[in-house]
Amino acid sequence: MSRTATETSPRTGHQTASHTTNGRPPLLRLSGVHTHIAQYHILQGVDLEIPEGGLTMLLGRNGAGKTTTMRTIMGLWKVSAGEITFAGDRLNGLKTPDIARKSIAHVPETMGIFGGLTVRENMVLAARTGPMDEDRLRWILDLFPSLEKFWNAPAGALSGGQKQMLAIARAVIEPARLLLIDEPTKGLAPAIVGALTEAIRQLKGFGATILMVEQNFAMAKAVGDTVAVMDSGRIVHAGSMADLAEDTALQEGLLGFSMEMHQ
Amino acid sequence: MKPAISIPTPFGPWRLSPVPLLVPALMVVALVLVGSPSTWVTLTLAGLAMGMMIFIMASGLTLVFGLMDVLNFGHGAFISLGAFIGVTIMTALSPWMDSLSLAANLGAIGLGALVAMVVAGGFGYLFERTIIRPVYGDHLKQILITMGGMIVVEQVIYVFWGPDAIPIPRPDSLKGAFAFGDVVLEKYRVLAVVVGLVIFAAMSLTLKRTKIGLLVRAGVENGEMVETLGYRIGALFIAVFVVGSALAGLGGVMWGLYQEVITAPMGMSVMILIFIVVIIGGLGSVEGCFLGALLVGLMNNYAAYLAPKVALGSSILLMVAILMWRPEGLLPAAKGR
Ligand SMILES: Nc1ncnc2c1ncn2[C@@H]1O[C@H](COP(=O)(O)OP(=O)(O)OP(=O)(O)O)[C@@H](O)[C@H]1O
Ligand SMILES: [Mg+2]
Repeated sequence: MSRTATETSPRTGHQTASHTTNGRPPLLRLSGVHTHIAQYHILQGVDLEIPEGGLTMLLGRNGAGKTTTMRTIMGLWKVSAGEITFAGDRLNGLKTPDIARKSIAHVPETMGIFGGLTVRENMVLAARTGPMDEDRLRWILDLFPSLEKFWNAPAGALSGGQKQMLAIARAVIEPARLLLIDEPTKGLAPAIVGALTEAIRQLKGFGATILMVEQNFAMAKAVGDTVAVMDSGRIVHAGSMADLAEDTALQEGLLGFSMEMHQ
Repeated sequence: MKPAISIPTPFGPWRLSPVPLLVPALMVVALVLVGSPSTWVTLTLAGLAMGMMIFIMASGLTLVFGLMDVLNFGHGAFISLGAFIGVTIMTALSPWMDSLSLAANLGAIGLGALVAMVVAGGFGYLFERTIIRPVYGDHLKQILITMGGMIVVEQVIYVFWGPDAIPIPRPDSLKGAFAFGDVVLEKYRVLAVVVGLVIFAAMSLTLKRTKIGLLVRAGVENGEMVETLGYRIGALFIAVFVVGSALAGLGGVMWGLYQEVITAPMGMSVMILIFIVVIIGGLGSVEGCFLGALLVGLMNNYAAYLAPKVALGSSILLMVAILMWRPEGLLPAAKGR
């Protein structure tokens, strides 16, 4: 029933977030991006613009294509049609490491922790261009004290929430122009969600540009500036987070509102 | 600023792993069965020496599998090639080999081993670029084409060195043994153990203490994430492949000197032991490979003395027993994703 609502919503359709960029060119732009995984046509023309300096929430039902969108941006899936540009440079066709070197950091849905390496070693690798910046590390360890506590422990022995913190810590140990964070609160207890929300808030304070997938609508509301909603491999709504947060009918239409239930 | 680290990692099952104890445990059992301590010392040294040589040959293979998921059945080609190159150099340096001075002997062997490593490493580079590169992600094709590559290399060896086995007597200073009472330590075996330990220590330190080593270990777990962090894993893989090939070449020289004869198929025949070692060690794990190699080496020598008829099957029995206990091998590298 919610599906019908989505499709008949007056605000759905082929629409990009250009009105949120305030005239400045967006940092990241996807235009008409299609992605195939094996024989499946997953992304079916994604149009998305990420303004510089804010946090864009990418919402949508399970299987809508949010993770696929992030992986496509990182070059982990190949773009089969359309174009991705970042700060004016074309990303499609580049290999993942070269995309990362454009200053894009990615916290994948699976976190990608190196379990056989210690927390410290995970961080050392994340600081690709040189030794870790001490002030930045101090800030990270103050945000996530358990990482300091288990600094020399194998990362595989961390709890799920601690792993998620490590995944985020790795992505921010070097300043990146764009941060892609895929469902940081997945499977985490509410107390840890609070800590993560605070961390994201502080990151925003540093002026980071963030694209974040989040199923926890409370968190999404708390930190999101702009929002894009996906369904069936397309962006079906783009606008400001505040507008969506106020408009319960729109939420119902776009998200089926089961969100708060199944976090 | 240094994060103050108060807790020395009390947890993690690998901290209390009983696995490394298997080696001394096997030795103790063998001591009981063999009875005579001096015989036992001789057998143990022989087993350790054999294990070290297998480790040197196998370590590259396990890393290549772990890092890039490539099954290289042609690894034996680097062993044979290394042995023939090394022997050719040593023959050219026969005045040094025939000299009575230990330094001259070791110089000739060292130079032969070095050239063998360089050639095997360079050949490994070509092998990866031309033969393995087109078949990433397809195990069956990898097996077929790398075995084909090995056969070609064998035939090329026949072309250059002829079809006959080439005897390679050890220089005088490495013949014979040190004797302490009735305990006899064969010199060449002592050398093999020392070289093996040095290489294991160097590899362990590299893997644990250097950024390249961290990248290799991380890449074995989750190559995609390594790339997401901005590292070009392709270059890393080639480097590991070349080092692994060079070590196989070194192992070939040492194995040849151990057997005192080299043949073109020697690489292929020792591959069986190498695969057993890589499997029981846990694919992708250098430490597991080291333990597995020592176990196989010891087992072979104890069995050859205690029950010569089943000696050949002892490694396979060992593999079966270990896989029943730990289906992933002794110390499997953590696989991410
Ligand atoms: N490796 C894959 N092979 C085949 N299909 C895939 C693969 N990965 C994703 N898909 C399919 O692509 C579609 C989009 O998946 P994606 O993971 O992008 O969704 P999502 O919006 O992130 O969902 P969730 O909220 O559950 O994380 C789904 O239908 C999924 O089944
Ligand atoms: Mg997802």
